[in-house]
Amino acid sequence: MARRYDSRTTIFSPEGHLYQVEYAMKAISHAGTVIGVLSKDGIVLAAERQATSNLLEQSIGSEKIYEMNDNVVAGVAGLTADANILINQSRLIAQRYLQRYDSPIPVEQLVRKLCDMKQGYTQFGGLRPFGVSFLCAGWDATFGFQLYQSDPAGNYSSWKAACIGENSGNAQSILKQEYKDDSNTELPNATSTSMSMDDALKLSCLVLSKTIDTAKLTSEKLEFATLTLKAGKPHIHVYSSEEIDSVLKEHEAVIKPSSD
Amino acid sequence: MDAQFAIIGKSFAISVTDKSVAHSIVKMKHNADKTYELTPHTLMSVTGVPGDTSNFSEYIQGNVRLYGIRNSQNLSPSETANFIRGELANALRSRRPHQVNLLVMGYDKNTNESSLYWIDYLSAITKVPFAAHGHCSYFVLSVMDREYKPDITLEQGFDIIKKCIAAVKMRFPINFTDYTIKVVDSNGIREVSMADL
Repeated sequence: MARRYDSRTTIFSPEGHLYQVEYAMKAISHAGTVIGVLSKDGIVLAAERQATSNLLEQSIGSEKIYEMNDNVVAGVAGLTADANILINQSRLIAQRYLQRYDSPIPVEQLVRKLCDMKQGYTQFGGLRPFGVSFLCAGWDATFGFQLYQSDPAGNYSSWKAACIGENSGNAQSILKQEYKDDSNTELPNATSTSMSMDDALKLSCLVLSKTIDTAKLTSEKLEFATLTLKAGKPHIHVYSSEEIDSVLKEHEAVIKPSSD
Repeated sequence: MDAQFAIIGKSFAISVTDKSVAHSIVKMKHNADKTYELTPHTLMSVTGVPGDTSNFSEYIQGNVRLYGIRNSQNLSPSETANFIRGELANALRSRRPHQVNLLVMGYDKNTNESSLYWIDYLSAITKVPFAAHGHCSYFVLSVMDREYKPDITLEQGFDIIKKCIAAVKMRFPINFTDYTIKVVDSNGIREVSMADL
C-alpha cells in the first residue's frame, strides 16, 4: 500500500501520511544522539559521533556541532551532507540580518527561516526533504537563552531540555525525570530553572551514558559545546578532546554506575 | 528651511520640528506634523523635499510595522535606525534616491536606555546625544552643546529646548509660529504643547 504513495514527497497517502517525510524522520532516529540542556546561565549541547574508526583522521574537528552565528550554535542529527546545506544557509541568513539591522538575529527568527526552507522541500515536487534535525542553542537580548528543536517537516519547538537522534525517546524521559524545573518563576523572559551550568553538564553526561550503546564514554565518540554569557555577550565554546576527557572524568560518578 | 532638532537624556528623548510647510515664498501649511511613530517607542522626524519625506517615511513606517507583525516583537531604536540607513543608502545608488534628513530616536526596553541617531540624505549615520538638521542647526547646536550634560532630567531637557527655540526666534530670518514637540520614554510617545514647556 505504502509503495504507491511514497515515491513523491508531495503526495498524501489515503491515510493522510507523507511517507517521504516520515522516512526522513526515521533516518534521524538512527543518527547519533544530540542532547541540549538549558541552565540558568547557559546551554549545554552534547552529541554522539557514530561509526568512528581508528583509521579516521581526528583532526577534522567538529562534525555534529556547528556555530550558526555569534549567538547561535547547533547540534545536528541526520545526514551530515544535508546538514551542511542548511548550516550554510543559516549562516547566510544570520549575516544578512546583521548587515541589515546591525544587531544579532533573534534566535527564533533564525530557526523559523531555516524551518521555512525545510518545509519547502516537503511541498514542492521532485525533491527529497532534508534528512536533518537540529538542536539550536541561542541567546538574544529579549528572551535570553533558548533551545529549539526542529524536524524535516519544518516544525520547530522550544525546550528546556531536548534530545534528537538514536534512543531519543529514552533520553527524553530521563531528561524529564532528572531536570530541575523551577516553576515558581514569574518572569516570562527569564529561564525558569535552578540548574547551573555544571548541573547541565552532569545531566548531559548521565543521559549520554544511558543512551549510547557502548562500554565506555570517550572523547572520540563525543562532542560538547556550551553557550554562555561573557561580559554581556554570548560566548560559544566547542570543547577540545582534552576538555571532553576532563568533563567525563569529573562526572565519572554519574557515568560509571550505569556501565555496571 | 525647516527647524528640526532633538536631544536625549538617560531614559527619554525630545523631538522638536516646526509645523510649517513652505513652497517658494508661500506658506502652504502651518500645522504639519513632521514626525512619524514607527513603533510605540521609536519616533522619526523628517525634513527635506516634501514629496520624498512622506513617501519615504510611510515606506519605512510600513516596513517597521510589518517586521513587528511578522516577528511579534518590534525592532529596537538602533535596529530601526540601521534599517532606515540601509534603505536610504540603497536608494541613493539607484535612479530614485530620496532627499530626506532624518532624526531617529527611541527608548530601548531591553537596555532601558534612550538613543538618538542622526541620518542625512547621503545615508551617513551617527549616534549622538543631541542633533539638528538644516540651517537652524547653526543656532541650536551651539546652544545644545553649551547646555547639554549626559544626566539631564526631562525638565532640564525642556529648558534647553526653550533656549534653542529662543535662539531660532532671535537669529533665524523665518519666524516659526509653532513647533511639534514630542517626548519618547518608557511609557511611549506623547506630544507636549509649547505652552507646557
